[in-house]
Amino acid sequence: MIWDREHECMDRESLEKLQLGRLKQLVERLYQRVPHYRHALDARGILPKDIRSLEDLRRMPFTGKDDLRQNYPYGLFAVPLDEVVRLHASSGTTGKPTVVGYTWRDIGTWTELIARIVSQAGVTSADVAQVCFSYGLFTGAFGLHYGLEKVGATVVPSSAGNTDKQIMLMEDFGTTALISTPSYALYLAEAAREAGVEPRELNLKVGLFGGEPWTESMGRQIESMWGIKATDNYGLSEVIGPGVAGECLEGAGLHISEDHFLAEVIDPDTEEPLPYGEKGELVFTTLTKEAFPVLRYRTRDLAILDPEVCACGRTSVRMCKVMGRTDDMLIIRGVNVFPSQIESVLMSIRGIAPHYLLIVDTRGPLNQLEVQVEPDPTVFTGSFRDLEALEASVRRRLQSVLSISARVKLVEPKTLERTAGKSKRIQTA
Amino acid sequence: MKVKQISVFLENKSGRLAEVTRILGSNNINIRALSIADTTDFGILRLIVNNPDTAYTALREAGFMVSVTEVLAVEVPDTPGGLAGVMAVLGSQGINIEYLYAFVTKASADALVIFRVEECDRAIQVLQGNKINVLDEAEVYAL
Repeated sequence: MIWDREHECMDRESLEKLQLGRLKQLVERLYQRVPHYRHALDARGILPKDIRSLEDLRRMPFTGKDDLRQNYPYGLFAVPLDEVVRLHASSGTTGKPTVVGYTWRDIGTWTELIARIVSQAGVTSADVAQVCFSYGLFTGAFGLHYGLEKVGATVVPSSAGNTDKQIMLMEDFGTTALISTPSYALYLAEAAREAGVEPRELNLKVGLFGGEPWTESMGRQIESMWGIKATDNYGLSEVIGPGVAGECLEGAGLHISEDHFLAEVIDPDTEEPLPYGEKGELVFTTLTKEAFPVLRYRTRDLAILDPEVCACGRTSVRMCKVMGRTDDMLIIRGVNVFPSQIESVLMSIRGIAPHYLLIVDTRGPLNQLEVQVEPDPTVFTGSFRDLEALEASVRRRLQSVLSISARVKLVEPKTLERTAGKSKRIQTA
Repeated sequence: MKVKQISVFLENKSGRLAEVTRILGSNNINIRALSIADTTDFGILRLIVNNPDTAYTALREAGFMVSVTEVLAVEVPDTPGGLAGVMAVLGSQGINIEYLYAFVTKASADALVIFRVEECDRAIQVLQGNKINVLDEAEVYAL
């Protein structure tokens, strides 16, 4: 079903007219209200009135994670705080998170966008939708929640974790739609089997998966284990959260809501826009957001755009599944984490040397992170208990600061490779 | 009365123990007693050698994480219940044993057991007060 036929199936000419009008308003607002953007535009000698076509977008400055960090927490907000009704945050590359805000109207926009993606995955008011994302600062749970309610689905806000209970709720409530990370969907299926529940015999018919990149083969595995249709959706908190794009039942890419977001693909090195069909970094400009608009936000996600009209009838440009990152961000069980964050946690712990190796094991249903560290030889007492306590304290700090559960392995001193950069510090098992 | 024990951190990967023994051998060090405790990832090798200072320096220079710990070498009657008697003495005085392991001796009527306890000095007093022989350093290294 198509939730908003007018916008989702708009002809190209009308869409571009709408986009241009909104882009002009956006740049005007950014210039008037956000000093960061005014300076960035001034530095390029661009005034809001200079925008005459969508082509002019390529002259605009980019926005990156660094800009968000430098303007922490509210520096990039375009409305006073009394108009902001909600804050969300995602992990920053070091220490402080990235904060984003929503006006009441933004929440309404977000809800509409989610209504579109859940409808294109086939979810209707007849569905019971279980949301297994953590309800909190991350955008996943609240984002999906309101859009699912909007289409009239019965929402089960079961949140993340507590797998046995999730399975019980699915059985008892007759859940038909599963909302989670793809890796959790696999884990849940295995856990159900171990608990003597055959996933295929449950009521589930569709899954909306997001929060981390996944491959076609992982999708097929989820589909066969659960006997469902697995759909992908995409978003990031800096742009709005989930709801930027979603897959329809044709399974031919993710429809981007272009009336709200201008999508570009650029060469991450030259920063030049690339034509449709070429792989590059996704860049989004928010056309309608009030509290936290962004101009040419560099997502660091790699993908390809396809402008062909989809068999489902929607005219929007589709992005392929995310093919990788331009930076070294890791996604461990749906939690974004940068090696630099892990590094800063490790540096704060007494008794370990400042060298480490991260090993990401993607073989099982859930990504596993192993952190190898060298104990500091000067604190070695020869006691087993002291080493085990050290291991446990590293594990606890990673859990409490970054919300990631990692396996910690102590290795012999001076065995981890010494490099200036961090590129050698990540391995994939 | 206290004996120097060498503890070596070993990652669980092949060839590490061989490397330790090779270094000791080439430095003319004789191993008198040893024990290994391990988890899936790492182990700690504990050694009593004839020359702990040389062993410590040689292993450190080879890049191993090494420490020296004081332990007790206790003579235990080589008869059924021999060790039980020593344990009862320590237990009755509330002395906790962190770990212990046996010593290889030649042609002696008694067995030798290495004890690592929290309160070394008090343990010595208690043992000697109960007529249990605690060997001194020189005796142990010369065995």
